[in-house]
Amino acid sequence: MSKHTTDKRVREASRRRFLQAGAALAGGSAIAGVAGSTALAEQGNNLPPNVPEWMKAPGDPMGSQPYGTPSVHEKGVVKNISKTLPQYISASGRTPLQELDGIITPNGLFYERHHGGVPTIDPAEHRLMLHGMVDRPLVFTMEDIRRFPSQSRIHFLECSGNPVYTKPYGKTASDLVGLLSCAEWTGVPLKTVLDEAGLQAGAKWIVAEGADAAALTRSIPIEKCLDDAMLVYSQNGERLRPQQGYPLRLLLPGFEGNMNVKWLRRLKVVAEPAYSREETSKYTDPMPDGTSREFTFYMEAKSIITRPSGGQKLATHGFHEITGIAWSGHGKVKSVEISLDEGKSWQQAELQEPVLTRALTRFRLPWHWDGTPAVIQSRAIDETGYVQPTLAELVAVRGFNSFYHNNAIWPWRIDANGEVTNGQA
Amino acid sequence: MARRSLNTVALVSAIAMLGVAVRAEERYGIGREATPAEVAGWNIDIGRDGAGLPPGSGSVERGRIVFSEQCVACHGDSGQGGVGDRLVGGQGTLASPKPIRTVGSYWPYASTLFDYIRRAMPQNAPQSLSNEDVYAVSAYILSLNGIVPANAVLDAKSLAAVKMPNRDGFVSDPRPDVHNR
Repeated sequence: MSKHTTDKRVREASRRRFLQAGAALAGGSAIAGVAGSTALAEQGNNLPPNVPEWMKAPGDPMGSQPYGTPSVHEKGVVKNISKTLPQYISASGRTPLQELDGIITPNGLFYERHHGGVPTIDPAEHRLMLHGMVDRPLVFTMEDIRRFPSQSRIHFLECSGNPVYTKPYGKTASDLVGLLSCAEWTGVPLKTVLDEAGLQAGAKWIVAEGADAAALTRSIPIEKCLDDAMLVYSQNGERLRPQQGYPLRLLLPGFEGNMNVKWLRRLKVVAEPAYSREETSKYTDPMPDGTSREFTFYMEAKSIITRPSGGQKLATHGFHEITGIAWSGHGKVKSVEISLDEGKSWQQAELQEPVLTRALTRFRLPWHWDGTPAVIQSRAIDETGYVQPTLAELVAVRGFNSFYHNNAIWPWRIDANGEVTNGQA
Repeated sequence: MARRSLNTVALVSAIAMLGVAVRAEERYGIGREATPAEVAGWNIDIGRDGAGLPPGSGSVERGRIVFSEQCVACHGDSGQGGVGDRLVGGQGTLASPKPIRTVGSYWPYASTLFDYIRRAMPQNAPQSLSNEDVYAVSAYILSLNGIVPANAVLDAKSLAAVKMPNRDGFVSDPRPDVHNR
């Protein structure tokens, strides 16, 4: 079949679906239209041939929203926050991945994970102290930090416990891997600031500390600090939100979320790690033999289909685009493969350009659903050649108590009614 | 970035002057020198070997009182956990299907207990306990786990000398450890 014919078929199929969806909206009384024939009219004062009410009077004046908010019709698109949090100040809120398009997470929907609440910091009184094995211990104001040559880069951030290895696995893409977001970050390369202080011989780690009530502390290997680490003050064009570390955070592309220390107030250059609570009693990965892995920094390659995904419903047979996101802490996503037959066979998804290193990558596959039950899933392959494993493959090595760094393939089950549910549940 | 190791004072001085000249061009001259007092005030890190532990001491007996006043609401009367983490027990469970990770069963270094309590606990008022009370409550939690005796008094030297049961339970990251087919 020629590409032209295929494209035409896709367009026709898409149009049919649109018409059918419209019919459903009108109360289901209308019979689905058939492409190429006369569509049945829908009923409604705002629908053609009537003039919609929002055209009959001027809308809200400019300036009615000094800081814009989404449409009132999108108020259901919010962070996915558990109703039964044991500790509200040491908790997490997830990005509604299945509601979003593209690769950039809106700042208001960026995932949150805090260890001592969200501090309210006056930037005029915030300082970054850089000390330890440096020639010149230094103190910087936020104005100082912003004077350095700046950079903007797009990177994902992901919590290492996203999701855990044990049931219940959750119903939606957000329940599963919603501790994941992606933004354009602006700041100064950490290396530039370290050069200002002058690293001394023997400097192997940098201990980063937040100015929150947890004074959260993590140790970062010096190689990462001199590579692509950044001190970040802006996210998606505006200053960091308080939940993301305002006025200053560390960004370590590809490293687990908690190491990207928010509300950054101190960097201490040292010869060995701090062995802080957050890198010993937490954020270490228990193994079946009773040992635990420490300093497990990288987030390995991963992907998930966000549409259709758990909690959604295919309203009609026919054309549906399968789409989702893929990412790897080790670099660029090389390819994404999709299986429509419970993992028996795989085909290449199309990747949306630009494919960026350590950033979310959007993938798509056109699909014609004939109404038979199906299990769909995606797997990411990154530029190192690493292939995202199955959950069975992961637990065969790590058991069910490993808690962190679960990057399993996640299947969605579609039943004959078009209902989509978690394929592992 | 590593500086060369040099043998003579004269050479050190000469190279240092050269170094300043070169670095002066690379540097932006942004920020100001941190004073020793500023660094001392903010640098509250305790090394796993106890480096940075402050003067003072605290007893298990005193720790029991501090714990009852500051900790039980979240961690339970005997450290059994609640809203906050379980602190006690679980030794011998790490290789079982239901591992229980507590200070006693999991934490590799006792000095980390002092570091974490001082910087982050109690959660409603971090950095409010005196160093003596941090020693005391650390001692109490260790005694609840059977790691120090009930009459123990801990200071910088004795806390650093405590060997935790899971001290050698950690391994480096072997990933990629799982391969797809």
